[in-house]
Amino acid sequence: MSDRVSLLRRLAPQLIALGAILFLIWLVFPAFFSLTFQNGRAYGSLIDVLNRGAPVALLSIGMTVVIATKGIDLSVGAVMAICGAVAASASVQGQPIATTLFLALSVGVICGLWNGVLVAFLNIQPIIATLILMVAGRGIAQLITEGAILTFDDPSLAFVGSGAFLGLPVPIVIWVVFATLVTLVLRRSALGMLIEAVGINRRASMLAGVNAPVLLIAAYILSGICASIAGVAIAADIRGADANNAGLWLELDAILAVVVGGTSLLGGRFSIIGSLLGAMIIQAINTGILLSGFPPQFNLIIKAAIVVVILIIQSPEAKTLLSFVNRTRPAPVAAPKGAQQ
Amino acid sequence: MSQRYLPLLATLAIFIIAYIASTFQFPPMFSTRVIGNLLTDNAFLGIAAVGMTFVILSGGIDLSIGSVIAFTSIFLAMILATTSIHPLLAFAIVLVMTTAFGALMGAIIHYLDMPAFIVTLAGMFLARGLAFVVSIDSIPIKHPFYETLQDWYLRLPGGGRFTLIGAAMIVTFLVCIVIAHRTRFGANVYALGGGVATAKLMGVDVARTTIAIYAVSGLLAGLSGIVYSIYTSAGYSLATVGVELDAIAAVVIGGTLLSGGVGFVAGTFIGIAIQGLIQTYITFDGTLSSWWTKILIGILLFSFVAMQKGILLFSKDRSQKAG
Amino acid sequence: MDDNAILSATGITKIFPGAKALDGVNFSLRRGEVHALLGENGAGKSTLIKCLTGAYRRDGGTVTLDGEPIDPKNPLCAQALGIGTVYQEVNLLPNLSVAENLFLGRQPRRFGLIRSSAMKENARALLAKYGLDINVSASLDSYSVAVQQVIAIARAVDLSGKVLILDEPTASLDAREVEMLFAIVRDLKAKGLGIIFITHFLEQVYTLSDRITVLRNGRLVATRETATLPRQELVTLMLGHELQELSKSSHRKSEQLSEPRYRFENYGKAGTIKPFDLLVHRGEVVGIAGLLGSGRTETAELLFGLKAPDSGSKATIDGSVVSVNSPRAAIARRFGFCPEDRKVDGIVGDLSIRENIALALQARQGWWKPVSRTQQNALADQYIKALDIRTTDREKSIRLLSGGNQQKAILARWLATNPEFLILDEPTRGIDVGAHGEIIRLIENLCADGMSLLVISSELDELVTYSSRVLVLRDRQHVAELSDEEITTTHIINAIAARPSQPERSQVA
Repeated sequence: MSDRVSLLRRLAPQLIALGAILFLIWLVFPAFFSLTFQNGRAYGSLIDVLNRGAPVALLSIGMTVVIATKGIDLSVGAVMAICGAVAASASVQGQPIATTLFLALSVGVICGLWNGVLVAFLNIQPIIATLILMVAGRGIAQLITEGAILTFDDPSLAFVGSGAFLGLPVPIVIWVVFATLVTLVLRRSALGMLIEAVGINRRASMLAGVNAPVLLIAAYILSGICASIAGVAIAADIRGADANNAGLWLELDAILAVVVGGTSLLGGRFSIIGSLLGAMIIQAINTGILLSGFPPQFNLIIKAAIVVVILIIQSPEAKTLLSFVNRTRPAPVAAPKGAQQ
Repeated sequence: MSQRYLPLLATLAIFIIAYIASTFQFPPMFSTRVIGNLLTDNAFLGIAAVGMTFVILSGGIDLSIGSVIAFTSIFLAMILATTSIHPLLAFAIVLVMTTAFGALMGAIIHYLDMPAFIVTLAGMFLARGLAFVVSIDSIPIKHPFYETLQDWYLRLPGGGRFTLIGAAMIVTFLVCIVIAHRTRFGANVYALGGGVATAKLMGVDVARTTIAIYAVSGLLAGLSGIVYSIYTSAGYSLATVGVELDAIAAVVIGGTLLSGGVGFVAGTFIGIAIQGLIQTYITFDGTLSSWWTKILIGILLFSFVAMQKGILLFSKDRSQKAG
Repeated sequence: MDDNAILSATGITKIFPGAKALDGVNFSLRRGEVHALLGENGAGKSTLIKCLTGAYRRDGGTVTLDGEPIDPKNPLCAQALGIGTVYQEVNLLPNLSVAENLFLGRQPRRFGLIRSSAMKENARALLAKYGLDINVSASLDSYSVAVQQVIAIARAVDLSGKVLILDEPTASLDAREVEMLFAIVRDLKAKGLGIIFITHFLEQVYTLSDRITVLRNGRLVATRETATLPRQELVTLMLGHELQELSKSSHRKSEQLSEPRYRFENYGKAGTIKPFDLLVHRGEVVGIAGLLGSGRTETAELLFGLKAPDSGSKATIDGSVVSVNSPRAAIARRFGFCPEDRKVDGIVGDLSIRENIALALQARQGWWKPVSRTQQNALADQYIKALDIRTTDREKSIRLLSGGNQQKAILARWLATNPEFLILDEPTRGIDVGAHGEIIRLIENLCADGMSLLVISSELDELVTYSSRVLVLRDRQHVAELSDEEITTTHIINAIAARPSQPERSQVA
């Protein structure tokens, strides 16, 4: 009960921000919330936001866990490109869908494993460790596609990107189900707390018997898997693998989603739901600008401005100011500090 | 003591060995023509990487430089196409803008106590967005002054050309080496990289230094943008995407620790040279695809990071034995 | 008022939300004097220092330096006025050269460019005054902590020149280095500087200081001449009551104990600690004594598997050979380890007290078998009560607790795992006397319940109280084992000092 309340309180800024953005879009584009059903499938701007936000939402799940360990994964965009290329290339060679997906996921796991080993065993700073794959990854993806956009026409693979399940586009179903699954596993087991412990104080956690290297590697593997799913979904959507552009700069959007979602870049307390809200905030901004008829050139500027505002609201300086205002009221029940940053 | 120089020496050794090896395979690679081109082609990247070196030495990072370069080039192209002001004045205006932009990011990083990574990421979006607002098309620059600048070069023995923009990069490196090692600002940059709290206790003006560091990075990104516009005779808002990554790679390959406090501006030059060498080799080979550049740079990054870890482990081991 | 006073503070008051940290404290420092500032944790020593150096703004009182009232805004202002401070953790930059550290911000320049040769020359000249002849272009981190400490003093004195505050400067130095530091302090004193010396080592107070000021609970207790203040009385002043008599409790004699439960033979690691033999019985406390750097912590870390022992090392538990190569392996054998540096190695700051207490148990059970929330709450409540951890709430972040309460929470973390062999590294360091006594009682109770304990402590009378055997370490080597009646502070000190101690850290240039 009290956990629910504190969760709501923790997510209040994100919920308010998302609400405000949706409200603003609705003001300029009243049809935003309307849904229509055709051929058993829902259509509408809201669905669009959820669907287009799928890659960043997926990435942000793994990114949240990696950031909670005091890490960062810059390679997810490149891993998306690699896994998309693997899936396309397997499909072109006539592999059945199961094999194709298995191959793509395995490659994601291997990429995560590589990052994780560099971080956990070679003790390389996460930002550099994952920079290596970020730089080399697109080269590897191009190696697989041989520099061209590799198109395929296996309808079952295309279904992953553009099909519908229970009336919803498949990518939405994938990220919602996957996020629920990961959250349940992390919070129902002790993984969540152990990951937070490692992120806050790795040495003390190791001394308490926490198997930090394994947890770190698991976090990066999860991030690799997320990138792999997102990569396959994007490739499936356009029925082709574009090594140059698939997932380009999405690592930055994912990191932004996590930060906007209230997980501190310094590691520790994390909230996957927060990150998903962050991802939706980012996508709502993108879609909103598009719908409201602003020239698309202004997209990035408005995005930057909104991000800066959200970050300033969350910054430690603003918090001291807020807590000063709050001091007149009874002190809130000790909410974990790391979670709010 | 000497272990501070070890990464730098290793970088230098790798460059020399790789260069000699490639000239054995392709003798024409040992020519002033190739060297001159290498300097010209990498001039804008080199200048930007110098700014990145300062930022990384201080323990920060600047993701905005690629966007700032693009903004500078499109802004120059637009202003020269639509007004009649002299390019030199345009240069001055744009440099003031990019320097102020960097200073603003530094101020946000310092006063709002936010991670440089996130602030400069927002800066990256903002600068790219501003570039889009100026124009989303590629605008050619056809000013006679630009032709003068492009035509100026020293003919090197052997037929190579030492161009103005190549010279601009060399001068930038020389000036910044002096700034890094012979000025109080330079010492303060290293001090911040060694520990912000301690530096503050020792009297370093952290606010001023942080703002100055990002301002320098903005200034050099602006200069790099000018050089880029001279190099391509055009401005394009989608240009130089990901240049920040190449710059970071050059800095790290040049032996600077990404955690800050340790490294050399001169190392970055060698880092740039190695990247240029890889590209030149791939061009000479003709059969290798260009994506090998990225893979090779990735491998190089990995070997350097691993080597630095190795040095650290070795020296720890040694001091423990001694203790 | 003292005529010869260089610095005098009158009626210093500092109020924190909910607490008066300093209440009208008077303090005066003479020219050419070493003045020890003593008190338990929380007495107000560091608050007073921070008020003097401007790190805190005082809420009342006046400070005069050389007769002039001063009000420094921050430590830099205080330094410019003449008050320099050197902290326990050296506050210099490890990546810069020695010369740059000495002259950061005031490098000699010509046309805006630093004259590095002049700077190096000045640095050499400055350090020569302290008898230090080192390569000043080498980076600071290539020197030992002691040398860094001297460099910090040289910088502080050069910048301020009237008053030098030494805040626990000897905490991580060995005996020889302390001697070197003291020689320097005496030299500065002879030059007329006023020196404020904060330390936990009473021995050093009597060796070095001229006067002693004792604070307690934010109030001034007394300022006395060192020469006329007997130790017993000083301790009474500090504690406010006669030290509770810690008599040697009636634990079993070592020969009455059964077969040793834990047997470590030829246990060692090259470069860390020379091979040693160690036996621990059920229900026994084995004490470890030695100077800092003698290999005490290294012994503990080796036993807990933090470093893998060299081949040839043999560990047996209840007669069967085991290998303890990692903390996880140690924990699986029901070992527990409370490290010395709580902040770095102990607490997980942003997690709650509850989570910190449940952490080791959870780690041992594995992530797939979560300790239920109900069980966590029960554990936390149980130990908060049993160990008297003072907190409003088990959900409070552990970093908000005081040092002593953090220490108890870490102890609770291990007790929750039902350990059979518990290693405690300086369990009472840096905690107030109240918690001190409680932890000692706890150690005795655990021992009575049949747990085996290995306790490292620099508080020798503590070791005497609860140990049935004491191992003495010197120069990363086990040099003596005392048992039963041999265990007295005098014997331990004799064993430590049996042979001129070699330097712990060679000065690697």
